[in-house]
Amino acid sequence: MLKRKHYIALILIVVVVVVLFKLPGQTVGKLKLAITGLFLPAMSTAGAARDLSGKTGQALTSKGELLRQNDQLRRENQELKFQLQQFAAITNENARLTQLLGWQHKAAWHFKAARVLARDPASWWRTVQIDVGTRDGISNNAPVLTAEGLAGRVSLAGETSSQVILLGDPNLRVAAMVENKETGIIMVDSSDPQDENMVDLGYLAGNSQVKEGLNVFTWGEGGYFSAGLPIGKIVDSKKNDNGLTTEARVRLFARMGSLEEVLVMLPGELTPAPAPNLPASNSRPKATTTKKK
Amino acid sequence: MNWLNSIFIFGAAWVMIFLESWLQWPRNFFGTSFALLPGLMVYAGLTRDVPMITAVSLISGLCFDAMSANPLGVSILPLFLIAFIIFQCRELLLRENTFAQMVLGAGAAVFYQLMTLFLVCSVGISPLLGWKTIWHIFVALVSGGLATPVLFILFDRLDQALNYRPRVETSFRPDREIKRGRA
Repeated sequence: MLKRKHYIALILIVVVVVVLFKLPGQTVGKLKLAITGLFLPAMSTAGAARDLSGKTGQALTSKGELLRQNDQLRRENQELKFQLQQFAAITNENARLTQLLGWQHKAAWHFKAARVLARDPASWWRTVQIDVGTRDGISNNAPVLTAEGLAGRVSLAGETSSQVILLGDPNLRVAAMVENKETGIIMVDSSDPQDENMVDLGYLAGNSQVKEGLNVFTWGEGGYFSAGLPIGKIVDSKKNDNGLTTEARVRLFARMGSLEEVLVMLPGELTPAPAPNLPASNSRPKATTTKKK
Repeated sequence: MNWLNSIFIFGAAWVMIFLESWLQWPRNFFGTSFALLPGLMVYAGLTRDVPMITAVSLISGLCFDAMSANPLGVSILPLFLIAFIIFQCRELLLRENTFAQMVLGAGAAVFYQLMTLFLVCSVGISPLLGWKTIWHIFVALVSGGLATPVLFILFDRLDQALNYRPRVETSFRPDREIKRGRA
């Protein structure tokens, strides 16, 4: 038989849960960030310990292996330097042409590297906590990438840590474009929602010609992601709704199961384009530079 | 020293949530994290009173949801119900028996997963559900079942190390001593 004290406890719990459900989203976000702060010192320490153990392992690498790696890295460095020079030349040419045509400059982006501190303890979401926040210039909805491709976006930016919602989570949809200009929406893989590396590309036109092996990029529509960020590769496709729409499965480039470090895209300062070498009499429309919001 | 034991329960809840979100190898091997919190609620239900059960479920539920994309507060009710139901029938349960602890922990882990999923769905949010969810619940069942007796052992050891033991009265009484031999 329940005693009075037990009834009070039950009612208290139900009231607290109802109040928490009814709180505005912003307050819930702040509360979550405050509570997550209790775990941050331990997570940072654990992350540092993991790094240290990795470094200890490296210290045991033989000299021959280190020399081989050094040689390989030197060669890669040379190649990258050469590519960088080419890239700089192309960027300058692009800036000159943009100015000549009077087009708006696209805002430059820069990246902030972040370490993945923890993953969602519930198996029915795909989120991670990273060790950068508003103090580092991170804001809500900033795109998050790996070296291979898009991983997700910041869903809750705290002062020193942030929650990132990953591709494949039901709460994240991304407007995407296939190599052959077909457009659709990236969403949860309907055949196997819990496969971390697969997503669906839905809402493609019924007559879409999406074939296996085609690359998928962000489309740039929707406001959160700039166009052209690599997402993944088409695996297969099928017709839905009696052929009215097509749905394709996409294997993500980013390896979601082993995320350890990610890059958060931040809108950077605009660098003025170099002045074009034009004759003085040649009057052209002045290029306007606007920062992309 | 009862308050010390209570602090250890809160500390254990914190450690468990930390481990559930930080440990990577269970995800690599089993595709999901272990369910450790339900075992703690089983322990709380069998050894603590209702105010303590309420406090532990409130704090651990809030912490779990903060680390997750769950709606804040959704884990509180399942955790509380686990401990509360066990508290209500603890006179009938063999709390010292390891097998009973395992069964309770396994059952609590499954109940927690299902009830949290039900609550998440009932507030209009669609989580990731598929055939692998059954596997995840099975991993929760096994991990919850294994973790609960370990928790009991740990807390018993802590209790023995930190709490005063009641002095055991000896049955020997000098006036009832049987004198042997010739007087």
